[in-house]
Amino acid sequence: MTTPTLSIQNLTVDIPTRHGILRPVQNVSYDIAPGEILGVVGESGAGKSMAGNAVIGLLNPPAHIASGEIHLNGIRIDHLQGDEMRRLRGKQIGMVFQDPLTSLNPLLRIGDQLTETMLAHLDISQSEARQRAIAALEEVGIPGAAERVDSYPHAFSGGMRQRVVIALALCAEPSLIIADEPTTALDVSVQAQIIALLKKLCRERGTAVMLITHDMGVIAEAADRVAVMYAGQLAELGPVREVLTAPLHPYTDGLMGSTPLASRGKDRLHQIPGAMPRLDSLPQGCAFHPRCPRTEADCKVSPGPQLIDGAACLHPIAREDVA
Amino acid sequence: MALVSIRNLTRIFDVSKPWLNRVVERRPKALLTAVSDVSFEIEERTVYALVGESGSGKSTIGKMLVGLLGPTEGAVEIRGVDLARETDAQKIDDVRADIQMIFQDPYASLNPRWRVRDIIAEPVAARGGDTKGLAEKLLEQVGLSARDAGKFPHEFSGGQRQRICIARALASEPKLIVCDEPTSALDVSVQAQVLNLMSDLKDQFGLTYLFISHDLTVVQHMADRIGVLYLGRLVEEADPDTLFDDPKHPYTQMLLAAAPQLDGFGREVAPPTGEIPDPINPPPGCAYNPRCPLAQDICRQERPHLRNVNGARVACHFVD
Repeated sequence: MTTPTLSIQNLTVDIPTRHGILRPVQNVSYDIAPGEILGVVGESGAGKSMAGNAVIGLLNPPAHIASGEIHLNGIRIDHLQGDEMRRLRGKQIGMVFQDPLTSLNPLLRIGDQLTETMLAHLDISQSEARQRAIAALEEVGIPGAAERVDSYPHAFSGGMRQRVVIALALCAEPSLIIADEPTTALDVSVQAQIIALLKKLCRERGTAVMLITHDMGVIAEAADRVAVMYAGQLAELGPVREVLTAPLHPYTDGLMGSTPLASRGKDRLHQIPGAMPRLDSLPQGCAFHPRCPRTEADCKVSPGPQLIDGAACLHPIAREDVA
Repeated sequence: MALVSIRNLTRIFDVSKPWLNRVVERRPKALLTAVSDVSFEIEERTVYALVGESGSGKSTIGKMLVGLLGPTEGAVEIRGVDLARETDAQKIDDVRADIQMIFQDPYASLNPRWRVRDIIAEPVAARGGDTKGLAEKLLEQVGLSARDAGKFPHEFSGGQRQRICIARALASEPKLIVCDEPTSALDVSVQAQVLNLMSDLKDQFGLTYLFISHDLTVVQHMADRIGVLYLGRLVEEADPDTLFDDPKHPYTQMLLAAAPQLDGFGREVAPPTGEIPDPINPPPGCAYNPRCPLAQDICRQERPHLRNVNGARVACHFVD
């Protein structure tokens, strides 16, 4: 068996506050194999970005990793500090953020930003870095890369900027890319272009991708496996087709049902009653039980169940029920 | 008669640099055509949806409809009254009372220093109406509790805030509500709650919505009639079933193909090429011609007009 590119085991992130410890990520474990796209879905506050930031070491203090291990290509990275982490970031892990405007420096030319990253991580000359920068821009589909390499970010449209950010994330040839809502700020047609680009690059290079998004449609088209998060915990993990067409966890089921796409032809959308609990007032037992249609007495008392057979639920929906 | 009738609506923004810069740099004035010759009608008690990508002019049309912007050319008539040209103050006042708006960002559209009670009652209080118990009643109608009236906006989540915005829009008992991306800032499960609420209220109060969205799936669910905008022009208009089953304009076809699908596992579609052109220098002829697979010489010379094709209206030279 090959070593997974990224392996997260029982990751817990804590934020100590005056009113007690908040736990935005709790006991989360998943692996990503080389060349695999893992979709991480959940609503705002589910902890999906927090988990991504923990991997790349960008948690804002006082948030910190309280327990658990993160391994990248078999090497433990969760305890790395300062310089060691900085060498890893960009070199081994690339990051694509949601907003392409704020993730580029408006005062530096595109080419300078690309060469800076490459010179920091790769042992190459200035002129070679420039050549590679142009090649990287061509690869992500920017027309006239040789001329545009000297443009400033403001001269690019939103979709083109996100391509530059992807080129930036890929230029040091990392083995893992964390894409945090890479298409949320973009239009539908541009989103399709960016998703196709991510898929192509990841297939060609065998890069593992953690694709964080709230859009189930994007997950369906891009991801190989999907992890559904709810209130900081993993609710369900499995191959994308199974999770989306025959969800085991009632939350995944509710989430799928409430997308307008799934309710075509119906007068009303399926809705999950209530809202996600705040981190400082998580209910006893399973975090989803107050909103869950399948709640039974044991859901309210026993602590949140561990992920068993794909879903963290004591009373999962049986696959035959759905069919 | 239709409740809203929009005829040849055009809005041009002057985005030139200041006068001195233009003289020094010898630049002409830069005029951005946000909305160009758009005509459609909204029947009473229906939902008319405008879809399009950013820069397609959908919000500008919404703002002109409520009177936040004036049209450069053309007219918006609501119940036969043209708000920009009518001289009878009484008539204008009557029509204005019938229009309300719900904005995209529920964090920015509520005054953080006002209590929810005052926010909701303001449209009525501003006209000197009786606001006693009004906020409490409306809060319950939108699924919040009457006790919430004394709270401030920061005590609510995004979905709850959007409910407050809806309650405020309902306060003056309007006939028409312009909803500008009302659920874009919300999570899927909250979006479902808000959309269901909006459908219920529409039936309950006999409302008419102009629903502006970039999300095709939301529009498909909500609308009775859909207008697709591209670069400020209406390129296709049809009812949802016709539009989604048989899109006729090449742009609509591209948009539907590009939208992610829940059953599109590992779907490999050729992603659309190009981007929306610069609205300051739009391409001559049909605005979509640089990206269109069907484009011929006529598309680069002559702008197509909307034509009736099997219950839809389509602006394309090659549709029949």
